Amino acid sequence: MTGQTRGSARPNQWLRNLNAKIASIPMILTAVVIFVGGTAWTVLYSFTNSKLLPRLSFVGLDQYERLWAAPRWLISIENLAIYGFFSLIFSLVIGFVLAALMDQKIRFENTFRTIMLYPFALSFIVTGLVWQWLLNPQYGIQSIVRSLGWTNFNFDPLYNSDIVIYGILIAALWQGTGLVMCLMLAGLRGIDEDIWKAARVDGIPMWKTYVLVIIPMMRGVFITTLVIIASGIVKVYDLVVAQTSGGPGIASEVPAKYVYDYMFQAQNLGQGFAASTMMLVTVAIIIVPWAYLEFGGGRKRA
Amino acid sequence: MEYEAVPGRITSGPRGAKPRRTLSRRNIVVYGTLFVVALYYLLPLYVMIMTSLKGMPEIRIGNIFAPPIEITFEPWVKAWAQACTGLNCDGLSRGFWNSVRITVPSVIISIAVASVNGYALANWRFKGADLFFTILIIGAFIPYQVMIYPIVIVLREMGVYGTLTGLIIVHTIFGMPILTLLFRNYFAGLPEELFKAARVDGAGFWTIYFKIMLPMSLPIFVVAMILQVTGIWNDFLFGVVFTRPEYYPMTVQLNNIVNSVQGVKEYNVNMAATLLTGLVPLTIYFISGRLFVRGIAAGAVKG
Repeated sequence: MTGQTRGSARPNQWLRNLNAKIASIPMILTAVVIFVGGTAWTVLYSFTNSKLLPRLSFVGLDQYERLWAAPRWLISIENLAIYGFFSLIFSLVIGFVLAALMDQKIRFENTFRTIMLYPFALSFIVTGLVWQWLLNPQYGIQSIVRSLGWTNFNFDPLYNSDIVIYGILIAALWQGTGLVMCLMLAGLRGIDEDIWKAARVDGIPMWKTYVLVIIPMMRGVFITTLVIIASGIVKVYDLVVAQTSGGPGIASEVPAKYVYDYMFQAQNLGQGFAASTMMLVTVAIIIVPWAYLEFGGGRKRA
Repeated sequence: MEYEAVPGRITSGPRGAKPRRTLSRRNIVVYGTLFVVALYYLLPLYVMIMTSLKGMPEIRIGNIFAPPIEITFEPWVKAWAQACTGLNCDGLSRGFWNSVRITVPSVIISIAVASVNGYALANWRFKGADLFFTILIIGAFIPYQVMIYPIVIVLREMGVYGTLTGLIIVHTIFGMPILTLLFRNYFAGLPEELFKAARVDGAGFWTIYFKIMLPMSLPIFVVAMILQVTGIWNDFLFGVVFTRPEYYPMTVQLNNIVNSVQGVKEYNVNMAATLLTGLVPLTIYFISGRLFVRGIAAGAVKG
């Protein structure tokens, strides 16, 4: 509106589509200032020795050396690797199997889908607290099985540092598999009925049709799901905080929690920045090949 | 629920009009598996409800799956009005109202901004817009942890760090990529003739938006709203980072109540508090059904 007085005489390039440009200001600011600027800022300051406040005194790779020497970070990475590996495999397998079952023209499909997906509507904090209660060795599953007669039964993942990450995995799968199932089901529904008929005519057993024909045809859905699960894995934070607070000891620490704790609790910003930059690198490793597959190398159908 | 497994129904023999058998081995496997899986998904909800209705003595002796012998709503009352976090002992009610005060404006602002944005991107393409949009979409994948501290600084400079306003801005920022994508795709899918006709009639940017686009796109607004309400209500990280304790949203307060180290653990109150926090997104989920599925399928990137 203010620009119109100046621009009305000659058609200024910048004033064409002015309203659209004004409407896009929030998007442009977010993209440039927060996403690009903020990321660059964090990466830059990860090379400084900022402690309580960010300071531009560069120390090279010191923060990264310290990071990779810190036992807590190494445990975080190890946990993330285990959690990531199993959560990818189990989410995809369970999600696909459930979707395949739901695709058998069953009754009560809506009921089953509602039941499987409702955990996804809940906060990670809520999920974490429920499973903390279920896995409580004194009252939860362990005590139930023991009261049934197996008095030596041990199932206390949240209190055993060797297996605590699997306790978190159980809760994560409970929350997340419903979504994977929904995505896979949408993928299955997108497959032409004639494929099934052709396979049946040829006498190919059902499981073989799935493995050899259907799954390869659903490549796009699988890749999308994989990216969604993977970028969620790197960010895992709330669930750990709610379920174990990183314990026992530091046994269930994850990178996202490391970042938060060093930035806002330990007042060691440099470490926090270095750790978050490592998270960024991890995500980039997942995203870049995906973006290349999706957008680069010629236009293929999704 | 297992309609198929009811004995006494005609289940065998090729005589009936329907050739499909209901009790075939395949059906037993399919329904059996789904039934067991459904139990696994429902178990935590069942245990939460049962625990929240028991008194502490009953919890100490009984198992978590047993229904309460004597139903009491006291844990719910306590969770809502008396549970302690830090120095305050006014329960989850404060967190609930904070969450409402955070969610309502965040949802309205982020949807308003993103819908206009998506509309501009779909119908009023200008040079460079696609570049910013691509950056925005890639940005959605960057872990929040990478951008948190710079945002703290920006908010501090603006004088809104630690306030509800600051948190509302943050939710608007992080809702932008997925919502803009949602609206851009929707508006781009509307018939172009509509837009052109309005242009010929002399309608401008805002007139077309309010008179044509907005009324035509109510469903997508509902999807966006579901996506944002559940996402913002369930947020924990931003609430913890960008607000002070008196403004903590419900999720943060819930975690503080349950995971506080001092005192006897009152599991029944904890479970009542957990259910209370989950009630809003669950209600939305059960009411909105298919629209929720559409919303999360679109917004899955954000999680």
